Amino acid sequence: MAVVFERPKSLIDIPTHYCPGCTHGIVHRILCEVIDEMGIEGDTIGVCPVGCSVMAYDYFNCDMIEAAHGRAPAVATGVKRTNPDKFVFTYQGDGDLAAIGTAETVHVAARGENIVVIFINNTIYGMTGGQMAPTTLPGQVTQTTPFGRDPELAGYPVRVSEMVSTLSGCALAQRVAVDSVPHIREAKKAIRKAFENQKAGKGLSLVEVLSTCPTNWGLTPIEAIKRLQDEMIPYYPLGVYKDVDEGVFPKHSDSEGGEK
Amino acid sequence: MAKMTVITERCKGCALCTTACPKKIVELQKEHRNKKGYFYAVCIDQEKCIGCAMCAIMCPDCAITVEK
Amino acid sequence: MERNLMKGNEALAEAAIRAGCKCFFGYPITPQTELAAYMAKRMHKAGGVFLQAESEIAAVNMVLGAASTGVRAMTSSSSPGVSLKSEGVSYIAGSDLPAVIINVQRGGPGLGGIQPSQADYWQATKALGHGDFQLIVYAPASVQEMVDFVVKAFDRADKYRMPAMILADGLLGQMMEPVSFPEINADAYDKSSWAADGHKFKREHHIINSLYLKPDELENSIVERYKRYDIIKETETDAELYLTEDCDILLCAFGATARVVKSAVNDARALGIKAGLFRPKTLWPFPVKEINEAAKTAKTLLSVEMSMGQMVDDIRLAINCSRPVEFYGRTGGVIPTPAEVLEQIKRIGGTL
Repeated sequence: MAVVFERPKSLIDIPTHYCPGCTHGIVHRILCEVIDEMGIEGDTIGVCPVGCSVMAYDYFNCDMIEAAHGRAPAVATGVKRTNPDKFVFTYQGDGDLAAIGTAETVHVAARGENIVVIFINNTIYGMTGGQMAPTTLPGQVTQTTPFGRDPELAGYPVRVSEMVSTLSGCALAQRVAVDSVPHIREAKKAIRKAFENQKAGKGLSLVEVLSTCPTNWGLTPIEAIKRLQDEMIPYYPLGVYKDVDEGVFPKHSDSEGGEK
Repeated sequence: MAKMTVITERCKGCALCTTACPKKIVELQKEHRNKKGYFYAVCIDQEKCIGCAMCAIMCPDCAITVEK
Repeated sequence: MERNLMKGNEALAEAAIRAGCKCFFGYPITPQTELAAYMAKRMHKAGGVFLQAESEIAAVNMVLGAASTGVRAMTSSSSPGVSLKSEGVSYIAGSDLPAVIINVQRGGPGLGGIQPSQADYWQATKALGHGDFQLIVYAPASVQEMVDFVVKAFDRADKYRMPAMILADGLLGQMMEPVSFPEINADAYDKSSWAADGHKFKREHHIINSLYLKPDELENSIVERYKRYDIIKETETDAELYLTEDCDILLCAFGATARVVKSAVNDARALGIKAGLFRPKTLWPFPVKEINEAAKTAKTLLSVEMSMGQMVDDIRLAINCSRPVEFYGRTGGVIPTPAEVLEQIKRIGGTL
């Protein structure tokens, strides 16, 4: 018998600190599968966020840097600009990327920084115990929206893939989910594409991964998957929002956008 | 002939694998817990396993290996 | 040696490039903008990276990223911008990374003004960010010292794996003086044991990090860092002592203010008042030995600063309050004149 499925080599063989059913582990694994398949672990530098995945540096076997909250894209910029031959990725949650680090996110895309951003959207701040995130859905109950997120009071969620796709330096903006095997396969393909884009020097590739937080949603892992499917996907439609190869939203030309 | 193996000490009992299995042969233990106190996943009928690895793909903790 | 007439801000930039600085990340702010403009023009020719960041915060975190890979990296700003950088500086210190940060000070608090100031002394030496840490802080008083201290800052930052700061002011940044550039060895320190630049399957992975969730581990990391600080306090202090051997009144000033005070000291001597000048070149570590040497014969000390009085506290601590330490300062961008300082010397001299 041959092994048809085992842990990727670049994912260090230790238990994670994530809660049962947390889909961070799935995303870690498919990211490492891509790194292994491309054989780039020795040339890859990852940047961790602040949030539940703050200790991801203990799990990825490539060189890792821990950034301040929201600053991973800036840190990654410093790494990539001085090491253009290396593969650089950030791994960020929704609070990190779409609230405190919004400026860094927008400008890393505007500059077309040649890196990969893995964006975990689970509509909540997990590490601090379940507060409203920029992606929290209207009506969603969190510690800081105890009566449900009221857009009149707390505003509306940020749709990151759509926003980033409007920026000229963005090569790939794709929203995927890890709620089912077919979707996980799709997510892995998107991450592979993002790294291939970096190899080809195409610019910023952002893969938004709809994920779960059973603990802070107050649901079982299986119920959490169902919520992702029933409530998140309708609000955050899966799909490719920008792909320079496919020309879904082609890059602005110099005459149109005034940018190069 | 295929085989799925749960690394029981890595399993957190989230049960996502049980929903992914097309043959419905993965279940959580009802009596035995691992050292961390989780009811871990088990294959209840190894004969029926087709080695599709869907349980492993769904597992957030790399707690399943599959051979074929 | 070749000498060039250069503006302070441009000399800072040129010195950094010659010191092997491979990247500059900055954000425009008066009165240090010439530095970034010079970098933009020169850096790519020198084979390095210039990038105008979206914010001061992003700029300092880009420095953190570049420094993590073992590259010499720098950012510069002026007072309000340095406040924004404080988060990144704390992370750089907590991650044991070398980096150079330049503050061409202007008046504060808040938006303050755009004229020279020294009111960031406390910020630079006591609290440039949260947590237990220090930066080595150099205080140049001439354009030549801007050059020399940038070179030294890069060297010591690498040597001790910590951030170093040049605390200049708008006056020094804008003035022109002839400078020469020293020979520099940018590769004096081997960073291969910690740099996160891709392991190439030849070593364990490196982690650049400032997070320790176990209190004893965090405490140990800080205690280890403070052992280095002890060595620095012992070996890295630097100061200029001018006419201090027989002084009755010891004036203390750093940076551009020291130039004004030196004139006043000369004027006082002409009047027969035994005045001397102590000028710290390192603000952290504060030159405790040197000031005690300078103050041997002094009956009174007078700190002159472009602030409401910040270094004056360190002077009192350094001499254990053994003599009165008076203060004279102008703030908000006002530069004290030699005549004003001389008046103060006479006032204090009269009571000696």
